[in-house]
Amino acid sequence: MEYTLSEEHLDNIERILQKDFMELGVHCVVLIDMAGNIISSLDNGEMAQDIYSLAALAAGNFGAVSAMAKIVGEEEFSLLFHKGEKENIHFSKIMDDFLLISIFGRETSLGFLRLKVAEANEKIKKIFKS
Amino acid sequence: MAFVNVKKKEVQAKIVYYGPGRGGKTTNLEYIHAKFSSRIKTEMVAIKTHGDRTLFFDFLPFDLGKIRGYDVKIQLYTVPGQIKYNATRRLVLRGVDGVVFVADSMKVRREKNILSLRNLQENLATYKKNIFNIPLVLQYNKMDLSEQGIPILPVATLEKQLNSKLKAPSFEASALIGTNVAKTMKKIISMTIASLQKDLK
Repeated sequence: MEYTLSEEHLDNIERILQKDFMELGVHCVVLIDMAGNIISSLDNGEMAQDIYSLAALAAGNFGAVSAMAKIVGEEEFSLLFHKGEKENIHFSKIMDDFLLISIFGRETSLGFLRLKVAEANEKIKKIFKS
Repeated sequence: MAFVNVKKKEVQAKIVYYGPGRGGKTTNLEYIHAKFSSRIKTEMVAIKTHGDRTLFFDFLPFDLGKIRGYDVKIQLYTVPGQIKYNATRRLVLRGVDGVVFVADSMKVRREKNILSLRNLQENLATYKKNIFNIPLVLQYNKMDLSEQGIPILPVATLEKQLNSKLKAPSFEASALIGTNVAKTMKKIISMTIASLQKDLK
Protein backbone atom coordinates (compact mmCIF):
# COMPACT_ATOMS: atom_id res chain seq x y z
CA MET A 1 0.00 0.00 0.00
CA GLU A 2 1.25 3.48 -0.70
CA TYR A 3 0.02 7.03 -0.49
CA THR A 4 0.85 10.19 -2.32
CA LEU A 5 0.17 13.90 -1.94
CA SER A 6 -0.46 16.21 -4.85
CA GLU A 7 2.21 18.65 -5.93
CA GLU A 8 -0.08 21.47 -4.83
CA HIS A 9 -0.37 19.99 -1.32
CA LEU A 10 3.38 19.54 -1.11
CA ASP A 11 3.93 23.13 -2.30
CA ASN A 12 1.54 24.42 0.32
CA ILE A 13 3.22 22.43 3.07
CA GLU A 14 6.63 23.69 1.98
CA ARG A 15 5.33 27.25 2.00
CA ILE A 16 4.17 26.86 5.60
CA LEU A 17 7.47 25.35 6.67
CA GLN A 18 9.36 28.16 4.96
CA LYS A 19 7.28 30.98 6.34
CA ASP A 20 6.60 29.75 9.87
CA PHE A 21 9.92 28.07 10.57
CA MET A 22 12.79 28.95 8.25
CA GLU A 23 11.99 32.66 8.44
CA LEU A 24 11.93 32.34 12.21
CA GLY A 25 15.56 31.20 12.11
CA VAL A 26 15.00 27.48 12.59
CA HIS A 27 17.99 25.51 11.21
CA CYS A 28 16.04 22.62 9.77
CA VAL A 29 12.40 21.57 9.65
CA VAL A 30 11.13 18.17 8.52
CA LEU A 31 7.64 16.75 8.18
CA ILE A 32 7.62 12.95 8.37
CA ASP A 33 5.06 10.19 8.70
CA MET A 34 5.07 7.65 11.51
CA ALA A 35 6.67 5.05 9.26
CA GLY A 36 9.72 7.33 9.10
CA ASN A 37 9.19 8.57 5.52
CA ILE A 38 10.09 12.18 4.78
CA ILE A 39 7.24 14.20 3.31
CA SER A 40 8.90 17.59 3.18
CA SER A 41 12.13 19.04 4.50
CA LEU A 42 13.85 22.42 4.46
CA ASP A 43 17.14 23.54 5.94
CA ASN A 44 19.28 26.65 6.05
CA GLY A 45 22.02 25.12 3.91
CA GLU A 46 24.42 24.86 6.83
CA MET A 47 23.15 21.59 8.21
CA ALA A 48 24.82 18.39 7.11
CA GLN A 49 22.59 15.90 8.87
CA ASP A 50 21.47 12.62 7.46
CA ILE A 51 17.76 13.41 7.58
CA TYR A 52 16.69 9.92 6.49
CA SER A 53 18.26 8.42 9.61
CA LEU A 54 16.91 11.30 11.67
CA ALA A 55 13.39 10.61 10.38
CA ALA A 56 13.66 6.87 11.11
CA LEU A 57 14.87 7.55 14.64
CA ALA A 58 12.31 10.30 15.26
CA ALA A 59 9.43 8.03 14.23
CA GLY A 60 10.77 5.25 16.43
CA ASN A 61 11.38 7.64 19.31
CA PHE A 62 7.88 9.04 19.06
CA GLY A 63 6.40 5.57 18.96
CA ALA A 64 8.35 4.63 22.09
CA VAL A 65 7.21 7.77 23.90
CA SER A 66 3.59 7.09 22.92
CA ALA A 67 3.91 3.62 24.44
CA MET A 68 5.34 5.21 27.61
CA ALA A 69 2.38 7.61 27.71
CA LYS A 70 -0.04 4.70 27.74
CA ILE A 71 1.84 3.05 30.62
CA VAL A 72 1.38 6.15 32.78
CA GLY A 73 -2.26 6.46 31.77
CA GLU A 74 -1.96 9.20 29.14
CA GLU A 75 -3.41 8.77 25.68
CA GLU A 76 -0.28 10.39 24.25
CA PHE A 77 2.44 12.99 24.75
CA SER A 78 1.84 15.11 21.72
CA LEU A 79 5.12 17.01 21.83
CA LEU A 80 8.72 16.29 22.71
CA PHE A 81 11.67 18.54 23.24
CA HIS A 82 15.36 17.64 23.41
CA LYS A 83 17.79 20.31 24.57
CA GLY A 84 21.41 20.35 23.48
CA GLU A 85 24.43 22.66 23.82
CA LYS A 86 24.02 24.24 20.40
CA GLU A 87 21.10 22.48 18.75
CA ASN A 88 17.68 21.62 20.12
CA ILE A 89 15.01 19.42 18.63
CA HIS A 90 11.27 19.90 18.95
CA PHE A 91 8.82 17.20 17.82
CA SER A 92 5.11 17.72 17.46
CA LYS A 93 2.49 15.26 16.33
CA ILE A 94 0.25 16.36 13.47
CA MET A 95 -2.98 14.39 13.37
CA ASP A 96 -2.44 10.67 13.99
CA ASP A 97 0.11 9.91 11.34
CA PHE A 98 2.56 12.75 11.00
CA LEU A 99 5.35 14.36 12.95
CA LEU A 100 6.86 17.80 12.59
CA ILE A 101 10.52 18.04 13.61
CA SER A 102 12.25 21.39 14.11
CA ILE A 103 15.97 21.75 14.80
CA PHE A 104 16.91 25.14 16.17
CA GLY A 105 19.66 26.97 18.04
CA ARG A 106 19.88 29.33 21.01
CA GLU A 107 18.76 32.32 18.97
CA THR A 108 15.25 30.91 18.58
CA SER A 109 12.89 31.11 21.54
CA LEU A 110 11.23 27.83 22.44
CA GLY A 111 8.02 29.60 23.42
CA PHE A 112 7.75 31.35 20.10
CA LEU A 113 8.57 28.17 18.23
CA ARG A 114 5.84 26.30 20.10
CA LEU A 115 3.39 29.01 19.11
CA LYS A 116 4.43 28.64 15.47
CA VAL A 117 4.20 24.85 15.68
CA ALA A 118 0.63 25.13 16.98
CA GLU A 119 -0.27 27.48 14.11
CA ALA A 120 1.43 25.31 11.50
CA ASN A 121 -0.27 22.24 12.93
CA GLU A 122 -3.67 23.73 12.18
CA LYS A 123 -2.64 24.84 8.69
CA ILE A 124 -1.15 21.47 7.77
CA LYS A 125 -4.22 19.67 9.09
CA LYS A 126 -6.34 21.76 6.75
CA ILE A 127 -4.14 20.80 3.82
CA PHE A 128 -4.37 17.09 4.59
CA LYS A 129 -8.11 17.33 4.94
CA SER A 130 -8.65 19.36 1.77
CA MET B 1 3.19 2.49 3.81
CA ALA B 2 5.40 3.83 1.09
CA PHE B 3 5.36 7.52 0.34
CA VAL B 4 5.41 8.72 -3.25
CA ASN B 5 6.64 12.30 -3.53
CA VAL B 6 5.40 13.56 -6.88
CA LYS B 7 7.18 16.86 -6.43
CA LYS B 8 10.66 15.46 -5.84
CA LYS B 9 9.90 12.41 -7.98
CA GLU B 10 10.91 10.16 -5.12
CA VAL B 11 9.53 6.97 -3.60
CA GLN B 12 10.37 5.88 -0.07
CA ALA B 13 9.57 2.30 0.89
CA LYS B 14 10.19 0.38 4.11
CA ILE B 15 11.48 -3.18 4.26
CA VAL B 16 11.77 -4.92 7.63
CA TYR B 17 14.01 -7.91 8.46
CA TYR B 18 12.08 -9.99 10.98
CA GLY B 19 12.87 -13.23 12.80
CA PRO B 20 13.94 -14.86 16.04
CA GLY B 21 16.70 -13.43 18.23
CA ARG B 22 20.32 -14.10 17.21
CA GLY B 23 19.09 -15.24 13.82
CA GLY B 24 21.24 -12.88 11.72
CA LYS B 25 18.99 -9.95 10.86
CA THR B 26 21.56 -7.34 11.85
CA THR B 27 24.29 -9.38 10.15
CA ASN B 28 22.28 -9.20 6.89
CA LEU B 29 22.22 -5.42 7.11
CA GLU B 30 25.89 -5.21 8.06
CA TYR B 31 26.81 -7.30 5.04
CA ILE B 32 24.65 -5.14 2.74
CA HIS B 33 26.22 -2.01 4.20
CA ALA B 34 29.73 -3.29 3.50
CA LYS B 35 28.94 -4.74 0.08
CA PHE B 36 26.95 -1.83 -1.36
CA SER B 37 28.90 1.03 0.14
CA SER B 38 28.65 3.01 -3.11
CA ARG B 39 24.86 3.14 -2.83
CA ILE B 40 24.79 3.77 0.89
CA LYS B 41 26.27 7.08 1.77
CA THR B 42 25.52 7.07 5.46
CA GLU B 43 26.41 5.04 8.49
CA MET B 44 24.11 2.27 9.59
CA VAL B 45 22.05 3.34 12.59
CA ALA B 46 21.95 0.68 15.29
CA ILE B 47 20.21 0.97 18.64
CA LYS B 48 21.59 -1.89 20.65
CA THR B 49 22.19 -3.05 24.20
CA HIS B 50 25.63 -3.25 25.81
CA GLY B 51 25.63 -6.93 24.95
CA ASP B 52 25.40 -6.01 21.27
CA ARG B 53 21.83 -7.24 20.89
CA THR B 54 19.40 -5.10 18.91
CA LEU B 55 17.32 -3.11 21.39
CA PHE B 56 15.08 -1.14 19.06
CA PHE B 57 16.09 -1.41 15.43
CA ASP B 58 18.88 -1.10 12.89
CA PHE B 59 18.33 1.24 9.99
CA LEU B 60 20.02 1.41 6.61
CA PRO B 61 18.84 3.68 3.78
CA PHE B 62 19.53 2.22 0.33
CA ASP B 63 19.39 4.24 -2.90
CA LEU B 64 18.06 2.07 -5.65
CA GLY B 65 18.40 4.61 -8.43
CA LYS B 66 15.64 5.58 -10.82
CA ILE B 67 12.57 3.55 -11.78
CA ARG B 68 10.27 5.18 -14.33
CA GLY B 69 11.82 8.52 -13.50
CA TYR B 70 11.32 8.15 -9.76
CA ASP B 71 14.23 8.06 -7.34
CA VAL B 72 13.60 4.99 -5.24
CA LYS B 73 14.84 5.04 -1.67
CA ILE B 74 14.53 1.80 0.23
CA GLN B 75 14.73 1.94 4.01
CA LEU B 76 15.96 -1.32 5.48
CA TYR B 77 15.10 -2.00 9.12
CA THR B 78 15.63 -4.88 11.51
CA VAL B 79 13.57 -5.61 14.60
CA PRO B 80 14.82 -6.86 17.98
CA GLY B 81 14.31 -10.62 17.90
CA GLN B 82 14.07 -11.27 21.62
CA ILE B 83 10.57 -12.26 22.67
CA LYS B 84 10.33 -9.61 25.41
CA TYR B 85 10.72 -6.73 22.93
CA ASN B 86 7.41 -7.25 21.16
CA ALA B 87 6.22 -3.67 21.72
CA THR B 88 9.24 -2.25 19.88
CA ARG B 89 8.96 -4.91 17.18
CA ARG B 90 5.43 -3.78 16.49
CA LEU B 91 6.53 -0.13 16.34
CA VAL B 92 9.14 -0.89 13.70
CA LEU B 93 6.53 -2.67 11.57
CA ARG B 94 4.45 0.47 11.32
CA GLY B 95 4.11 1.39 7.65
CA VAL B 96 6.05 -1.67 6.42
CA ASP B 97 5.96 -2.41 2.69
CA GLY B 98 7.92 -5.67 2.54
CA VAL B 99 9.28 -8.25 4.99
CA VAL B 100 12.27 -10.59 4.99
CA PHE B 101 11.83 -13.35 7.54
CA VAL B 102 15.28 -14.50 8.63
CA ALA B 103 14.89 -18.01 10.02
CA ASP B 104 17.64 -19.67 12.04
CA SER B 105 18.40 -23.04 10.41
CA MET B 106 19.97 -24.52 13.54
CA LYS B 107 18.03 -27.54 14.74
CA VAL B 108 17.78 -26.15 18.28
CA ARG B 109 15.98 -23.03 17.00
CA ARG B 110 13.17 -24.86 15.24
CA GLU B 111 10.51 -23.78 17.71
CA LYS B 112 11.76 -20.18 17.86
CA ASN B 113 11.30 -19.75 14.11
CA ILE B 114 7.72 -20.91 14.26
CA LEU B 115 6.92 -18.64 17.21
CA SER B 116 8.54 -15.66 15.55
CA LEU B 117 6.66 -16.20 12.27
CA ARG B 118 3.39 -16.42 14.17
CA ASN B 119 4.34 -13.26 16.03
CA LEU B 120 4.97 -11.53 12.69
CA GLN B 121 1.51 -12.54 11.52
CA GLU B 122 -0.07 -11.17 14.72
CA ASN B 123 1.86 -7.91 14.63
CA LEU B 124 1.04 -7.32 10.96
CA ALA B 125 -2.60 -7.91 11.79
CA THR B 126 -2.52 -5.03 14.31
CA TYR B 127 -1.87 -2.79 11.27
CA LYS B 128 -4.57 -4.60 9.31
CA LYS B 129 -1.95 -6.27 7.13
CA ASN B 130 -2.11 -9.87 6.07
CA ILE B 131 1.03 -12.00 6.04
CA PHE B 132 -0.34 -13.77 2.96
CA ASN B 133 -0.62 -10.53 0.95
CA ILE B 134 2.41 -8.51 1.95
CA PRO B 135 5.62 -8.92 -0.11
CA LEU B 136 7.53 -11.54 1.89
CA VAL B 137 10.77 -13.46 1.40
CA LEU B 138 12.05 -16.23 3.66
CA GLN B 139 15.74 -16.64 4.33
CA TYR B 140 17.11 -19.82 5.90
CA ASN B 141 20.21 -18.44 7.52
CA LYS B 142 23.34 -20.03 9.01
CA MET B 143 23.54 -22.79 6.42
CA ASP B 144 27.34 -22.55 6.66
CA LEU B 145 27.24 -23.96 10.19
CA SER B 146 26.68 -27.49 8.90
CA GLU B 147 30.34 -27.52 7.82
CA GLN B 148 31.28 -27.09 11.46
CA GLY B 149 29.21 -30.09 12.45
CA ILE B 150 26.38 -28.08 13.99
CA PRO B 151 23.01 -29.77 13.38
CA ILE B 152 21.07 -27.86 10.74
CA LEU B 153 17.48 -28.41 9.69
CA PRO B 154 17.16 -29.65 6.11
CA VAL B 155 15.64 -27.10 3.72
CA ALA B 156 12.69 -29.42 3.08
CA THR B 157 11.89 -29.37 6.81
CA LEU B 158 12.20 -25.59 7.02
CA GLU B 159 9.98 -25.22 3.98
CA LYS B 160 7.40 -27.55 5.46
CA GLN B 161 7.40 -25.89 8.87
CA LEU B 162 7.48 -22.27 7.80
CA ASN B 163 6.54 -21.97 4.16
CA SER B 164 3.97 -24.67 3.40
CA LYS B 165 1.08 -22.22 3.50
CA LEU B 166 2.88 -18.97 2.75
CA LYS B 167 4.61 -20.27 -0.38
CA ALA B 168 6.92 -17.25 -0.34
CA PRO B 169 10.21 -17.19 -2.25
CA SER B 170 12.95 -18.60 -0.01
CA PHE B 171 16.73 -18.66 0.02
CA GLU B 172 19.33 -20.70 1.86
CA ALA B 173 21.83 -18.23 3.14
CA SER B 174 24.75 -17.35 5.31
CA ALA B 175 24.57 -13.74 6.42
CA LEU B 176 28.03 -13.94 7.96
CA ILE B 177 29.74 -15.04 4.74
CA GLY B 178 27.27 -13.21 2.53
CA THR B 179 25.81 -16.18 0.66
CA ASN B 180 22.48 -15.17 -0.87
CA VAL B 181 22.23 -12.01 1.26
CA ALA B 182 22.14 -9.80 -1.83
CA LYS B 183 19.78 -12.23 -3.59
CA THR B 184 17.35 -12.10 -0.67
CA MET B 185 17.46 -8.32 -0.67
CA LYS B 186 17.03 -8.03 -4.43
CA LYS B 187 14.05 -10.36 -4.33
CA ILE B 188 12.24 -8.47 -1.58
CA ILE B 189 12.99 -5.13 -3.24
CA SER B 190 11.65 -6.29 -6.59
CA MET B 191 8.51 -7.71 -4.97
CA THR B 192 7.97 -4.54 -2.96
CA ILE B 193 8.50 -2.29 -5.96
CA ALA B 194 6.19 -4.44 -8.07
CA SER B 195 3.46 -4.01 -5.48
CA LEU B 196 3.98 -0.23 -5.55
CA GLN B 197 4.49 0.07 -9.27
CA LYS B 198 0.99 0.99 -10.25
CA ASP B 199 1.64 4.39 -8.69
CA LEU B 200 4.94 4.99 -10.45
CA LYS B 201 3.51 6.20 -13.71
